[in-house]
Amino acid sequence: MAEIEIGRHLYRFPGGLKLRHHKQIACRDPLTPAPLPERLWLPLVQHQGPAGECRVQPGDRVVGGQPLTRARSDREVPIHAPTSGVVEDLRDGPVSWPPGGTAPCLVLAPDGEDRFEALDTPDDWAAESPDALIERLRAGGLAGLGGAAFPTAAKLRGGFPPIRALILNGSECEPYISCDEMLMRSRPEAIVEGARILTRATGAEEVVIAIEDQMGEVRKRLNEAIRTVDPDAPIRVVQVTTVYPEGGEKQLIQVLTGLEVPHDGLPQDLGLVCLNVATAAAARDILFDGRPVIERIVTVSGPGIVHPRNLVVRLGTPIADLVAAAGGPTGDLDRLVLGGPMSGLPLASDRIPITKGSNCILALRPEDTARTQPVMPCINCGECIRVCPASLLPQMLYKHLVADDFDAAQALNLFDCIECGCCAHVCPSHIPLVDQYRHGKGVLRERGVEDARAARAKARFEAREERLAEREAERRRKREARERRLKDTGGAKSEVQAAIERARARKDAGDGEDDG
Amino acid sequence: MNLSLAGAPHLPPISTVGGVMRQVLYALVPGIVAHVVYFGVGILFQIALAVGFALILEAAMLRLRQRPLKPFLTDCSAVVTAVLFALCMPPLAPWWIALTGMVFAIVVAKHLYGGLGSNLFNPTMVGFAAVIIAFPIELSQWLAPRSLTPGLPGIGETAVAIFTGQLPASVNWDAISQATPLDALKTGVAENRLVTEIRDAPIFGDFGGLGWEWIANFYALGGMYLIWRRVISWHVPVAVIGTTILVSTPMWLLGPDIHPSPLQHVFSGALVLAAFFIATDPVSGCSTMRGRLVFGAGVAILTLAIRRYGGYPDGVAFAVLLMNMGAPMIDRLTRPRTYGHGGGGS
Amino acid sequence: MSGVVTALGVLLGLLLGIGLVLRISARRMAPDEDSVVEKINAVLPQTQCAQCGYPGCRPYAEAIARGEADINQCPPGGEAGVRELAELLGREPKPLDAERGETKPPQVAFIDEDRCIGCTLCIQACPVDAIVGAAKRMHTVIEADCTGCELCLPPCPVDCIDLVPRPAPFIWPEPGARTDSIPIEVRHG
Repeated sequence: MAEIEIGRHLYRFPGGLKLRHHKQIACRDPLTPAPLPERLWLPLVQHQGPAGECRVQPGDRVVGGQPLTRARSDREVPIHAPTSGVVEDLRDGPVSWPPGGTAPCLVLAPDGEDRFEALDTPDDWAAESPDALIERLRAGGLAGLGGAAFPTAAKLRGGFPPIRALILNGSECEPYISCDEMLMRSRPEAIVEGARILTRATGAEEVVIAIEDQMGEVRKRLNEAIRTVDPDAPIRVVQVTTVYPEGGEKQLIQVLTGLEVPHDGLPQDLGLVCLNVATAAAARDILFDGRPVIERIVTVSGPGIVHPRNLVVRLGTPIADLVAAAGGPTGDLDRLVLGGPMSGLPLASDRIPITKGSNCILALRPEDTARTQPVMPCINCGECIRVCPASLLPQMLYKHLVADDFDAAQALNLFDCIECGCCAHVCPSHIPLVDQYRHGKGVLRERGVEDARAARAKARFEAREERLAEREAERRRKREARERRLKDTGGAKSEVQAAIERARARKDAGDGEDDG
Repeated sequence: MNLSLAGAPHLPPISTVGGVMRQVLYALVPGIVAHVVYFGVGILFQIALAVGFALILEAAMLRLRQRPLKPFLTDCSAVVTAVLFALCMPPLAPWWIALTGMVFAIVVAKHLYGGLGSNLFNPTMVGFAAVIIAFPIELSQWLAPRSLTPGLPGIGETAVAIFTGQLPASVNWDAISQATPLDALKTGVAENRLVTEIRDAPIFGDFGGLGWEWIANFYALGGMYLIWRRVISWHVPVAVIGTTILVSTPMWLLGPDIHPSPLQHVFSGALVLAAFFIATDPVSGCSTMRGRLVFGAGVAILTLAIRRYGGYPDGVAFAVLLMNMGAPMIDRLTRPRTYGHGGGGS
Repeated sequence: MSGVVTALGVLLGLLLGIGLVLRISARRMAPDEDSVVEKINAVLPQTQCAQCGYPGCRPYAEAIARGEADINQCPPGGEAGVRELAELLGREPKPLDAERGETKPPQVAFIDEDRCIGCTLCIQACPVDAIVGAAKRMHTVIEADCTGCELCLPPCPVDCIDLVPRPAPFIWPEPGARTDSIPIEVRHG
C-alpha cells in the first residue's frame, strides 16, 4: 500500500448534516468530580464481549483500583473497584442494553475513605515490548471510551497487517456531547502521552488527532501539549469540518485518507487504528499512574437539565445521582438518552449506572420529543438518499423491511447502515427509519444463527445416518462371511463339534490344576 | 419517572409533508400572479374549482378506504395536484373540465393506486391527459394575452363563461380560438411556412410566446426558491431544461427555418412548469440523483419528439407519463455504490 | 358476424396452441428429482424430530418430492415453513396439520445429572448425536447441537430429561409494535 500522509488533504464523505451543536452550555463550567453515591452498581460486562472471571465475593473489602474481574483473553475486559468499600452483592441490576433489560452487577458500598492502590507500572515504558504494553493496558481495563467500548487489546493486536497510522478521534460530532472537548481542554498532555504509548504498542509511524473544534479552544491547547511533551513526535492535529457524522470511524477515515473501510473488513486492513482521545488518556493513566479505568467524564445536558455540565464520574454511579448533581430535571422528563440526540440509546430507568461507554446523558422533556405530525407514508422525496453517509437507499430499505422482505433489504446492504439517524432526521413523513433497520438487522442476525444451527443439525444427521448404515453393512458382511465359512468346513455341525472339543479340553486342563 | 423507550433520533424532524407541499404552493404564487396579469382572472376560478373538487374527492376516497381524514387532508398534497392541473387549463374552461380532471387525478391516479406515496403515475398529468384526450375542443380555447385583446373578460363575465358556457359579449369565438404559440408553430410548419415567418405573428414574444415567456420566468423563479430551500433537488430541472437546449440547438443551427430556437422550446408550453414542479413530483419520479438526471432528460426528449412529430402541440404531459413508467427501472439501474463495497481508492 | 367468428376462432386457436407448448415444455424441462429434494430439505428446519411421520427431514423431503406427503406436516417449521414450501413447489399454502404436533419456540433438552443412570438409551435415540456419554457414565446434552426434537424423552427410563427454552436474543422491536413498559430479562455470558 502506498504511503499515506493522512490529514494533509481532507476529503468529503457523501451526505451528512450540518447540525446546531448545543455544546457550549455544558462547557461553561469547569470539570468537577461528581459526588460518590451510596451504592455503585458495576455491571460485569461494560464492553463488547464476554465478562471476565469474577475475583471477588459478596462480603469482600476492596480498595480503589483493585481488579474485580480478570480477563482471560483479549475479548474480555476486567473491571476494577472505583473506590474503597465493601462488595455487598452480585445480582441483576438495570443496564442500558438491551433497553429495559438487566445484567449481573457487583454492588459496591463505598466506605467514604476513597483509598486507592495503584497497579504495577513499568520503570521505562518505552523499553517494554508492544505485547507487554498491551498486556498492561488490558489488565487496566482499557476499552474504547468513545461509546462503543470495544476491547482495546483486541483492537491493537490480533493478526492484523502492520499498522501505519493511529487516528485519535476527538471530533465529537453529535450535538450536546462535550466530554471529549472538556478532556482535550483540561488534559491535552495526557492525550499526547497516551498517543506515544499507543504508537509503541501498535508500531504506528504517525498519529493524527482529529478535532472539530467548534469553540476554538482545543487546537491551540493540543499543539502546545505536543510541543511540551515531545516536539519531535510524528503527531499532528487536524481540524475536520463540522458535519455530522464526521466522528464516525468509517467517515473519519474517509475524510482523512480518502479510503473506505471494506464492508467485510476493518480499519486495520488499511493499516489504520482509530481510537478515541479519552482512550489514549486512559492508556497514559494506566501506564504512568497505575490508575485503571475507574472513572470517566460524562456530559449531563439537554433542555431537561437545570444546570448542564461535564462531570468526572466514578463508574457505577447511577444516572439519577448525576442528574441531581447537574441541578436536577427542569420538570417532567419524557426521555433519558445515553448518548446524543441522533444516535443515543433510550434508558428505561434512572437507576442505570454509568459504565465505560457512557459518554453523555441527555434529558428531554415531553415538548422536546413530542410528535409534530403522525407518521405518513413515504413520498419518495429522496432526502434520505441525499444525506446517507453510507450511500444507501434508506427509503427502499424501509419499504422492503415493512413488507418483511428481509433478504431484499440485506441485498441492498442493510448491514452497512451505521445507524447515524441522518435519514430519519430529514424525513418529512417522520418515518422511524432507524428503528426499522435495527429490527431488520436483528431478524437477519437471528436467521443467520438459526441457519447455521440447521446446517449443523443436517450435517450431524447425515453423518449419523452414514454411520448407522455403515454399521449395518458391516454386520451384513460379517454374517455373509460366516455363512461362507460354514459352507466350506462342512456346515454348522462340525463347528459345534469343534467348539465342544475345545470346551472339554479346557475343562480337563482346569481339573488337572485343581488336583495339583 | 415515566420514561419512553422510543428509538433515535430523539428530536422530531423539522420538515413535514404539509410543510413541503405548502412551500411548493408558495413557489407557484409569482407564476400565478403573472398569469392573471396576462390572461385575466379566469385562472383563479380554475384553481378554486380544481382545489374544491380535489378536496371533496380526496375526503370521499379517504372515507371509502377507511383512512383518517385530518392528516391526509391537511398535508396539502391534493391541493398541489389541483393547482398544478389548473395552471395547465385554459382560463375559460368549463367547470366540469376541472371536475373530470380531478376525478382522474385524485380518484384514479392517486387513491386507486394506494393513496399518498403509492401512485405510479403523476396524478396531475393523468388528469390532464384524460381531459385533453376526452375534450380536445375545450382544451384548445385559449385567450390571447392582454396586450393583444381589446379587453380581457372581468370577473363576472369569466364566471358566467365558466359556469354556463356562455361567452361574454366582448370576447368572440375567434378571439378565444386563438392558437397558442405552439399550436401556431405546429400548424404553420405543417403548412410548410418558415419558422421565422411564423414567429412574426403577434402572439409570439421576444423569445417565447407573448406573455407565456414571462409566466415561465416566474415559474422558474419559484422553482429556484424551492431548490434553495431543499424542497426539490436541482437534478430534474437542470436535466429537463438542459436536455431541451442540448437537443434543440443542433437542429435549430442546422435548419433555422423549420426548427424553432431552443429558447422558444424552453419558454413555450408547460416545459418550465414541468421542469420545476411537475417532473419533480417525488412519488412518481426517480429517487436516486443520477436517476433524476435520466428522468429529466427523458422528459425533455419525449416532449420535443411529441412537439415535432406527435399529434399534440405540447407533449409534456405524455412525456412525463411515459417516463413515470420507466422510473422504477431507472432507479434500480442507478443505485449508488455503498460505502465499503468496491472502489474507494484515494 | 363472420368477423366475430373469425376473431373467436383465432383466439381459441392461440389458447390451445400456447397451452400445448406449455404442457410439452413443462414435461421436457421438469426439474430433476434430486435437486427438488435438496431444495425442499433446505427449507425444512432440520430438527429431525419425525413428527411429520418420516424418520428425519431428508426422508420427509423425499416423500414430498414423490408426492406421498403433504407440505403441512412439519410443526417445527411452523406456518412460515409451510408457506415457503408452498411457494417453492407452486402449491396453495394450507394450515399446519394440528395432529402432527404444535409449533414450539426454540428449545433444548437438559439432562438432570442427579437422576441420570447412564443407560445410553437417549444417546442411541438422538438423531443428531447431540448427547455425550457412555454406559454407566454421565450423559449430557451438547446445547449447541440439540435441535429440541424430543426423541430422547420416551426412551429414558428415569424420566430425567427436560426441555428448556433456548434463550432468545434481543431483537429491536418493529416501530409501531412497541410497548414501553415491558422489561426484558437477559442473561449475559
